Amino acid sequence: MTKPIVEIQGLRVSFGGTPAVKDVSFAIQPGETVCVVGESGSGKSVTSLSLMRLVEFGGGDILDGRLLLERADGPLDLATAGAATMQDIRGNEIGMIFQEPMTSLNPVFTIERQLTDGLRMHEPLSAAQARTRALDLLREVRIPEPERRLRQYPHELSGGMRQRVVIAIAMACRPRLLIADEPTTALDVTIQAEILALINRLKRETGMAVMFITHDMAVVAQIADRVVVMYQGDVVETGTAAEIFATPKAEYTRALLAAVPRLGEMRGKPAPEPLRLVGDTHDPVPLTPRDTPEPLLEVRNLTTRFPVKGGILRRTVAQVHAVEDVSFTVNKGETLSLVGESGCGKSSCGRSILRLVEPVSGSVYLGGENVLAQTKRDMRAMRRHMQMIFQDPFASLNPYMRLQAQLTEPMQNYGLDNRADRAAALFDRVGLPRSFMRRFPHELSGGQRQRIAIARALAVSPGLIVADEAVSALDVSVQAQVLNLMMELQADLGLSYLFISHDMAVVERVSHHVAVMYLGRIVEIGPRAAVFENPHHPYTQALLQAVPIADPARRKLDTDVSFKPIPSPIHPLDHRPAPSVYDTVGPGHRVIQNSDYA
Amino acid sequence: MRGFLTAKGIIGGGIVVIVLLTALFAPLLIPDTWATQMDMRARLSGPTLAHPLGTDQLGRDLMYRMLLGAQTSIMIAGTAVLMSLVIGLPLGVISGYFGGWIDNVLMRLVDTLLAFPALLLALTISAVLGPNLTNTIIAIGIAFTPYLARIIRGEALRVAQMPYVEAARAVGTPDTLMIIRHVLPNIMPPVIVQVTISLAFAILAEAGLSFLGLGTQPPDASWGLMIQASRDFLDVAPLTALVPGAAVAITVLGLNMFGDVLRDVLDPRTQ
Repeated sequence: MTKPIVEIQGLRVSFGGTPAVKDVSFAIQPGETVCVVGESGSGKSVTSLSLMRLVEFGGGDILDGRLLLERADGPLDLATAGAATMQDIRGNEIGMIFQEPMTSLNPVFTIERQLTDGLRMHEPLSAAQARTRALDLLREVRIPEPERRLRQYPHELSGGMRQRVVIAIAMACRPRLLIADEPTTALDVTIQAEILALINRLKRETGMAVMFITHDMAVVAQIADRVVVMYQGDVVETGTAAEIFATPKAEYTRALLAAVPRLGEMRGKPAPEPLRLVGDTHDPVPLTPRDTPEPLLEVRNLTTRFPVKGGILRRTVAQVHAVEDVSFTVNKGETLSLVGESGCGKSSCGRSILRLVEPVSGSVYLGGENVLAQTKRDMRAMRRHMQMIFQDPFASLNPYMRLQAQLTEPMQNYGLDNRADRAAALFDRVGLPRSFMRRFPHELSGGQRQRIAIARALAVSPGLIVADEAVSALDVSVQAQVLNLMMELQADLGLSYLFISHDMAVVERVSHHVAVMYLGRIVEIGPRAAVFENPHHPYTQALLQAVPIADPARRKLDTDVSFKPIPSPIHPLDHRPAPSVYDTVGPGHRVIQNSDYA
Repeated sequence: MRGFLTAKGIIGGGIVVIVLLTALFAPLLIPDTWATQMDMRARLSGPTLAHPLGTDQLGRDLMYRMLLGAQTSIMIAGTAVLMSLVIGLPLGVISGYFGGWIDNVLMRLVDTLLAFPALLLALTISAVLGPNLTNTIIAIGIAFTPYLARIIRGEALRVAQMPYVEAARAVGTPDTLMIIRHVLPNIMPPVIVQVTISLAFAILAEAGLSFLGLGTQPPDASWGLMIQASRDFLDVAPLTALVPGAAVAITVLGLNMFGDVLRDVLDPRTQ
């Protein structure tokens, strides 16, 4: 066995007396990818920040342990290294990529400046030499038109390109170890696939080791050689990727894997089915498909545009075509998912239906009544029948209101009686103890808050719930519980969901019907099985190809992948887009003829 | 309410209580004449047995003037700031929450007021209405309103875009309830801070008006008037400025500490 490049022994870190990392030991061999995986609060990021000795800048203290970095003159303990030594190591021997490509680049410097700064700090290079190296680096991370990029500022680049620049900066001094802290979490799935493939290739070509921090088991399965599973500051299991996924030993690893929806595992099943979680005593009950579908929500030719203001008079100079001629039907007791990447208009579509934003044209019928024709007062009455669950459970609850008041508010708005009793019943319904009723939102975890948000949506017994990325902000085990709760409620109460999500695996799990959105239009719509097993539109195919699968035996990122960048949805005022025209390719399965996806 | 029982809460609350008690009871316990009696042989004196905190240029006792001035200063500043809050809060909240043309109209109005220095505005209003206590309060109150309204509007604008407001709209909450339940509690922290700062400036604004003969009329005392009067004697008798100055400073310090603690006590997240 070769000598590990980095060996962490008995690391303990605390923040102001609160332990964040309790006793962590593992090693990274040269040229291997070690994925450190865990949910929020597991200490995975703190471990990587400790290795860079950046944890001190965030108020953390390394209490104990050794962080051995193998160097030419023997191992060096980074935990006790001086500030000057660390400065020499950071960016030179260890490179780091951060999560948020929007904020980890300095907006006031050009790409060239940001690339060459680190280079010239560590190596004696002239400006011209540094520039040449910078160009080479941009080519290495496959950025188109590298010469032009050097002169540009971060805001002129797309998110994916920015993350490539961040990687180029981290790679600048040929580090022997690259630490990537959730580098793809903020990115769309196609860009994620590109970035993962890029990191894989760079690792292969340069022989560097990669320490990859993530919460996403599917990403782990795609890129890891070895896996370190962390839970609440402890390492619960380490092993090769194949071992971890095939024969997980720790209880926690098993629970984590059970909670991950895997793309393709719903093949052949007629209806959505709750996930089987560790600790469940009985098999999940699949939702029974309805014999005669009965439409509840009918959306026809819905179009929503937002003005882009400009000039000194703040006139509308252009329009964002957020939702463009979208039509679909949600049946009673069924789930239709709107899936697509950021900016595709899926959220705007959901909010237009509830008239939280006003659509430009089209019609929305809920139970036969035209939602868009309601006056402001009638609209308020109408909202009783369609409710919404929002993405961020931390921001969608008023921090100054007790939970009980949050639940009784909608009932009060619609003049319902027995509000306290109903609220108590709702607490039971979403699986929260009644003792929580007097609490404030901040006293709850993210999953518990999302249960409150669901209970609030249920408070006035609506027929339709629009769930806008309702589980995206949650940890995977919590996400599974909330998804199961939503499916259970659907089975019991006959709810219809308009489920808006970017996560193909989750969508496959919960949907009866799926609509794929691209640039404001639905490019493909149909029964779940048809869309997932027989995708017709090239964009649907690209999306499905980009989704990482939580199975190390099905890797697909060994070669560079590249997807077409999404064009801008902003058009001049006189732009008249053509109506959406669909081909029917199967029962209820329609594919657009004229999308902008070239 | 346990939040008040911190060092900050006890000191801040203690100062506020003492200042309020002084403002309330000093005029009942101390005869007016003690503060207006001139001791010509002890003009601008330092601390003596007869005058523990010294005297002013007319030989009047600074301690009694400070104690008696508390009522005038606190009442003018307190009422004026309350008035600016009563006008500024609805202005700001309506502007920020509803936006659109309402916001444009209201804020251009506020901007017009903002274009004048607060003191100049107060001076004009006071001069037009005539110099007496009520008009001084009205003048300062109007002059301070735009600042408060601007800050409140900004906060209301921020809160109106929060997901919990959208969530409340989705469950059918009407605008009035929305403002009372969701907007007001969430804009309070910065408003409390601004109000405590405004109180300090209001005490000084009253001084400016008094100096120009439009505020407190001699021989009545107010802290602001005392500070203004001291400016010619700073080198020979610094106490003439220090005594009322310290009174203002300590009051403001107490109010700030109290405001901080109040904000924490009202925020469920810090309990």
